[in-house]
Amino acid sequence: MTAPLLEARGLRKHFPLRGGVLQRTRAWVRAVDGVSFEVAPGETLGIVGESGCGKSTLARLLLRLIEPDAGVVRFGGEDVLAASASRMKRLRRDMQLVFQDPYASLNPRLTIEDTVAFSLLVHGVPRGEAAERARALLGRVGLDPRLHGRRYAHELSGGQRQRVNIARALVLDPKLLVLDEPVSALDKSVQAQVLNLLQDLKAERALTYVLISHDLNVIEYVSERVLVMYLGEVVETGTAEALSQSPKHPYTQALFASAPSMDPDHRMDRLPITGDPPNPIDPPSGCRFRTRCPSAMPRCAEAPPPRVPVGAAHEVACYLYEAEPARVA
Amino acid sequence: MALATALMEPAELATAPMSYWRTVAWRLARDRATLVAGGVLTVIVLSAVLAPWLAPYDPAAGSIRLRLAAVGAPGHVLGTDEQGRDMLSRLLWGGRMTLVAGLTPVLVAFVLGSALGVIAGYVGGLSNTLIMRTMDIFYAFPAVLLAIAISGALGPGLPNTLISLSIVFVPRVVRVAESATVQVKGLEYIAAARASGAGVRAIVRHHLLANVLGPILVFSSTQVSLAIILAAGLSFLGLGVTPPAAEWGLMLNTLRQSIYVNALVPALPGLAIFVTSMAFNLLSDGLRDAMEIRG
Repeated sequence: MTAPLLEARGLRKHFPLRGGVLQRTRAWVRAVDGVSFEVAPGETLGIVGESGCGKSTLARLLLRLIEPDAGVVRFGGEDVLAASASRMKRLRRDMQLVFQDPYASLNPRLTIEDTVAFSLLVHGVPRGEAAERARALLGRVGLDPRLHGRRYAHELSGGQRQRVNIARALVLDPKLLVLDEPVSALDKSVQAQVLNLLQDLKAERALTYVLISHDLNVIEYVSERVLVMYLGEVVETGTAEALSQSPKHPYTQALFASAPSMDPDHRMDRLPITGDPPNPIDPPSGCRFRTRCPSAMPRCAEAPPPRVPVGAAHEVACYLYEAEPARVA
Repeated sequence: MALATALMEPAELATAPMSYWRTVAWRLARDRATLVAGGVLTVIVLSAVLAPWLAPYDPAAGSIRLRLAAVGAPGHVLGTDEQGRDMLSRLLWGGRMTLVAGLTPVLVAFVLGSALGVIAGYVGGLSNTLIMRTMDIFYAFPAVLLAIAISGALGPGLPNTLISLSIVFVPRVVRVAESATVQVKGLEYIAAARASGAGVRAIVRHHLLANVLGPILVFSSTQVSLAIILAAGLSFLGLGVTPPAAEWGLMLNTLRQSIYVNALVPALPGLAIFVTSMAFNLLSDGLRDAMEIRG
């Protein structure tokens, strides 16, 4: 196996919840709790989970937009969290983020062209060249630089804005793109266009993607490997195929069962999960899914289950599979 | 309708899009109330600036024989005050004082308040606590009382009026600037700028200030009318501009006993204060509407 481009080890981020007159920390929101994974160069890793499971926090941790409480992020073997300010600035050219909200992610006072060119100016590219490269990239993502370049974000549609978002992330020629719900705010028809554009760009520029989404259809469409998150923890990882063919974790099974299928013959035969996820401020002891799990056992409450292999590059954190011998091919 | 838009769109897109400030100017030019207010203000400001040339008499020179002449009296179009000084001349000269006393504190508050508020909002943490809690101390007093207290402590005179009014208005602007900054700071385009490797200075200059100064400017403009009224109020109480200088609030005070002799003349400085502050209010309303970003 080739060396991973991106590696996360034991990432943890708890947000303090302050209250009272003295603003004392009352409780902690356990947004991300001990997340580990690797992304190989050229791969697309999909991260899926319900809203509030810590996906967006994870994206920001990977890019060091927020500092984790514990854990390691390595990019190309280099410890990102130990990088100096100047080294970090250099590293940022290689790892970029596409945001979820096409409205809040574009500065309303900058023209589209300036929005894309800004990153280049930050890295010392002369103005004329920066504008030139910004226009070229706007053209590549399907916008007419002469028609849209001098316009403001609010004059564009949601899909067009997301194209600007992608252009801004790509203008520094990154190696890794973290896509935080890149299409969830868009119409279905526009979603497909943007996803296809992302696929084309990936092939063209030899990119590596970490795609975060709550939408299994989107994840299955573009990902090679999938990471399933529940309340800040990884419950299962495996290839997209393995997960859709034989999901192991009860949560993954429920996720796939509740995803609407295009095939009318493929009817729901399993009960999708009911209820809301528990509060991440005070998550259940042991396995965090046990409160909604159809096969919960008494021991699930005692300690969190370890991640065990259940197939080739397929791991699951569930006591149901502990007894099964590892069938590593 | 749909056909009309479909037909219009390519033509509209083909024209060069307007820059933000040109759009604002274009909208202002189409807002009748704002245009009228702007026109009235221009006349007031011009007449104040040109007072030395426009005023028919020395504003401080009076005549015992001509006390409290009615509006329209020969030689004195707007009458004379209780010391026989020409009202028109005094109103023109008084406008200078009132405008300076109204605009300067707001300008000081805009600059100082924006700086403090943006620092408090963007840096957060201890700086925020220190700056905002200090501002809260000033906020604990009603504006009028605070202005009177500070002016009373410093003594009368125009410079002291400006200082005390600045102290009144800085905390207000800091609050607005801080909340606007905190709001913008949390938006994803700031995170995107950080992800691109931009430093704090570049982010504040290109992404934060551009989106924060507009709302602060609009808020500050609403405070001008209040500053004018407060400045006039301080003079009225004898804490502001000292006699014999002409200032609308002071004129209102000295003329108030004459209101039973000749009601119209004492009303003139009040009318001037009302019209000026009203015009500033209308102008700031128009500015707010024109600066709004419409999707």
